[in-house]
Amino acid sequence: MVYALCFVLFVIGLYCALTKKNIVKIVIGLTIMEYAVNLFLVLLGYRKDGVAPIVEEGAGPLEFLARSVDPLPQALVVTSIVIGLGVTTLAIALCVRLYEKYGTFDISEIRRLKG
Amino acid sequence: MGIELYLFILLVFLIVGALIAVETKNLLSSVISLGAIGFGLSIAFLFLRAPDLAIVQIAVEVVLLIFLIRATIGRDVIPTKGHIHWAGLLIVCLLTVGFFAFGYYAFRSLNEFGTPIISAVGNAPSNKYLADGLKETGSANIVTSILLDYRAFDTLGEATVLFAAVLGALAVLRGRAWSKREKDK
Amino acid sequence: MNGMTVIVKTVTRWLKVFIFLYGIYIIITGHLAPGGGFAGGVIIACSYMLLTLAYGKEFTLKRLSLRAGHHLDSSGALLFLVVALFGLGSGGIFFANVLQNRYPGAKFTLLSSGTILISNIAISLKVAASLFLIFIILSVLRIVLVEDGSQKMIQEEEEE
Repeated sequence: MVYALCFVLFVIGLYCALTKKNIVKIVIGLTIMEYAVNLFLVLLGYRKDGVAPIVEEGAGPLEFLARSVDPLPQALVVTSIVIGLGVTTLAIALCVRLYEKYGTFDISEIRRLKG
Repeated sequence: MGIELYLFILLVFLIVGALIAVETKNLLSSVISLGAIGFGLSIAFLFLRAPDLAIVQIAVEVVLLIFLIRATIGRDVIPTKGHIHWAGLLIVCLLTVGFFAFGYYAFRSLNEFGTPIISAVGNAPSNKYLADGLKETGSANIVTSILLDYRAFDTLGEATVLFAAVLGALAVLRGRAWSKREKDK
Repeated sequence: MNGMTVIVKTVTRWLKVFIFLYGIYIIITGHLAPGGGFAGGVIIACSYMLLTLAYGKEFTLKRLSLRAGHHLDSSGALLFLVVALFGLGSGGIFFANVLQNRYPGAKFTLLSSGTILISNIAISLKVAASLFLIFIILSVLRIVLVEDGSQKMIQEEEEE
């Protein structure tokens, strides 16, 4: 059930990226899709009544193995969040440049003007 | 049951925020509701026992908000003239509903929420990382030891991608210095 | 780009040091508590952004110029590569944690994990310098009004 709601978030981002005419709205839709994917990856690794994957001092190793959540999706999602920041920054730089050259954010106008 | 109820409420909040961000006409409002989605996501990471991710998500969200507001402040949307393309909109709606139905059938084959894959598969790599992480690498934070010792190639790739993104942004935004100077001559 | 009012400047003068210190703390104890290079690097970049927003662009560029930002960025990436090749040279495996294998430290202390600490510092340098550079370049642009009523964008002279 939680997976289905996460997928609804992804589909909302997809709808925004497909049907909007303002290029900043398209970038916002891509960001919403990226949030949904990161959340889904971390949801896959959750263990019921789990603990965070950080070893405490004086705890038993077998009990830690049995109770901790999966650390591998968390490592991948850390990389993914920072890469998403870099890519969105490049997209915003392109939007600023487009606004300067054509004076509008509207992609149908930009396609018609064509420099 | 407790964690799942909180996650449910939080996800409903995220979906409402996403709907507001998509549909509102003012650009600044949609950027601010994007920020609200990011903060709600950070709280969701705390519920899912991922404190490392919560710190990274909040810091990145603040930086992203600053960049987006910097790009959109003072530049308003002039509303487009009329015509909504009905056929295209219908096709997109059908596509998204079909995509969602397909995904729903795909989720039936996943494990129940709360039992990860590593509890079913005995020799998954995560079991080895959790069991031997402290002994082999000496770091108590298993996520850091995966990122910088067991899977350090991915971190090298991430550093390269960040480098390329920064160079790309600098190249795009610096080129206009020459054209402006030539125009002013 | 001008700075802000006196209240913001006074609060920033006290606050930026604590943000910077918090970023350094998260980087250095990245292997004992949640944190690491990425989170700490972004927080350090945030402290420099706060300085730029409160005091103006010229004040910050006197402290940390664009050229220094480029050098820090490249040196962070190079340090990470040097650590990787060092593992290759003396262990036979790329990225081997040789300091931990040769000189293991006591657990749960600061020096307990070998090359992970150096890698954290390298990654944080890279991320902080990259985000600071992007912010300075994005904030160079300014909209002015020219005489015929339309809007025009100018760019100030860059330092290089």
